[in-house]
Amino acid sequence: MSAAITSPFQEFRRTAVARYPLAALGAVLLIAIVMAALLAPFMGTIDPTALNPSNRLKPPTAQNWLGTDQFGRDVWSRLVYGARVSLIVGSLVALFSIGLGLIIGMVAGYIRWLDAIVMRMMDGLMAIPGILLAIAMVSLSGASITTVIIAITIPEIPRVVRLVRAVVLSVREEPYVESAISIGTPLPKILFRHVLPNCIPPLIVQATYICASAMLTEAILSFLGAGTPPIIPSWGNMIAEGRIFFQIAPWNILWPGIGLSLTILAVNVLGDGLRDRLDPKIAKRM
Amino acid sequence: MPLFILQRILSTLPVMGFVALIVFLLLRISGDPAAILAGDTASLEQVEKVRQSLGLDRPVAVQFFEWFGRLLRGDLGTSLFTGLPVATLIGQRLEPTMFLATTTILFSITVAVPLGVLAAWKAGTWVDRLVMLLAVVGFSVPVFVMGYFLIFGLAISMRWFPVQGYVSPFVDFSRFVNTITLPTLTLSCIYVALIARITRASVLEVLNEDYIRTARAKGQIEKKVLFKHALKNAAVPIVTVIGLGVALLIGGVVVTESVFNIPGLGRLVVDAITRRDYPIIQGLILFFAFVYIMLNLLIDIAYTLVDPRIRY
Repeated sequence: MSAAITSPFQEFRRTAVARYPLAALGAVLLIAIVMAALLAPFMGTIDPTALNPSNRLKPPTAQNWLGTDQFGRDVWSRLVYGARVSLIVGSLVALFSIGLGLIIGMVAGYIRWLDAIVMRMMDGLMAIPGILLAIAMVSLSGASITTVIIAITIPEIPRVVRLVRAVVLSVREEPYVESAISIGTPLPKILFRHVLPNCIPPLIVQATYICASAMLTEAILSFLGAGTPPIIPSWGNMIAEGRIFFQIAPWNILWPGIGLSLTILAVNVLGDGLRDRLDPKIAKRM
Repeated sequence: MPLFILQRILSTLPVMGFVALIVFLLLRISGDPAAILAGDTASLEQVEKVRQSLGLDRPVAVQFFEWFGRLLRGDLGTSLFTGLPVATLIGQRLEPTMFLATTTILFSITVAVPLGVLAAWKAGTWVDRLVMLLAVVGFSVPVFVMGYFLIFGLAISMRWFPVQGYVSPFVDFSRFVNTITLPTLTLSCIYVALIARITRASVLEVLNEDYIRTARAKGQIEKKVLFKHALKNAAVPIVTVIGLGVALLIGGVVVTESVFNIPGLGRLVVDAITRRDYPIIQGLILFFAFVYIMLNLLIDIAYTLVDPRIRY
């Protein structure tokens, strides 16, 4: 028996990799991308906004590993710094939409007369194409990272509200909740002690999907000219600027395109693995 | 008409009301609507003139109901840049978008449903894993990245298709097919992924049912078991996702039209962004939301005709 002693962490790592190889791969990839973004100044990069007009649209060289764009800026540096924008937007949108959706969903699920109104509002919000709503908000309030984050968060909220409400409605029928009510437990305590813990596993899964979809939307907004200000190097901006010279310098689109696709793929694959592990039933129903 | 269909139709009214309210409030919470509608270069007097001519100095509730009344009569506002009614502009640009959306939906269903059935039939094997891997990749690669990859591979390197542009099928049908192929492939990726995943999940669930075992026991050939017995009973969630996925499609259309230079509604949006022509964006939001709500209403009514167990 003593021969097979492993720490719980090692045990977890072994089973996770064996049972969810794709998810494990996604997690490793995502950690690598996050590390690269955090350590951007030490990744062989130069100033991603430094212009060098004499060195425009050059193919990859020893100085510019991935070539230069039409302003002579280093594509590799812009690629690494651009990861920051996608990751910040993705994680903050996931955090905010889960937080707001959790509050609205718990209230709607527990207060009967509010439920119908809130859910019709959510239906209305879901009927509006998220990208168009975000475009409208950004074009009204001017482009900045904050506006982009708010504009992407709002269309994501209804999905969270629906999920939380579904959990609340099923949990409130459970015997342990009924008994908690019968002994006079105050509502906030019921929500925090009994309802919230049931919401967390499906919400973790949902958070990964929202994160992936937010990164996608941010890139689309920047690509269409209604997103992150052009001065900030983001993958969407790189593709938007690169499209003009696509036929002579395809790497300007290729690299940010690959970066964006791989990051979103890593998050999605991780989400699928988490869904299979944490909550197969609810994830399937939504 | 049965009562439940009438109820379902009536249930769209509050949703549309809330869509209108959200769009109305959007303009008000973002700052001074008169200044936004007058444009960036307007002087103070011009802003005041806009405020008075549009009645923006009156109570907000009055404004909302007046604006809503105009909406009901089909008045979506006026473009700041061209001075034309937004409804007219939408009418002019509708054709390419409608064709692109239709070809995409048809192509996606034709490809994705058999793929999903195949994955469910071969569940747990490498075929299933491959289909699901392709689905998650299709879901992760952004529309415009896919568009440029396809342009680079099939238009620039292989020269099979034109790089950009659009030809109306009423003008030249073979050139229409030629120009619409790459945009359709591009836009289909995400939709194929979505439909294949849900088809696999719902067929897989049905395959354990007793009537499938009965069908196999009586010697029904496997193809008929899958497509006649299983797929038919798994159809409702699949059709639901096809309807809900239209929301994804609308976002994708805007991007695809921009990549392939197609003069449709998506280009109208992009032009409106660069000219800061807010009424066009507002009108398009209302138009797309209306299409989405109507489409899902029709799908829901279609269920009740196909499956007598479903009632609202």
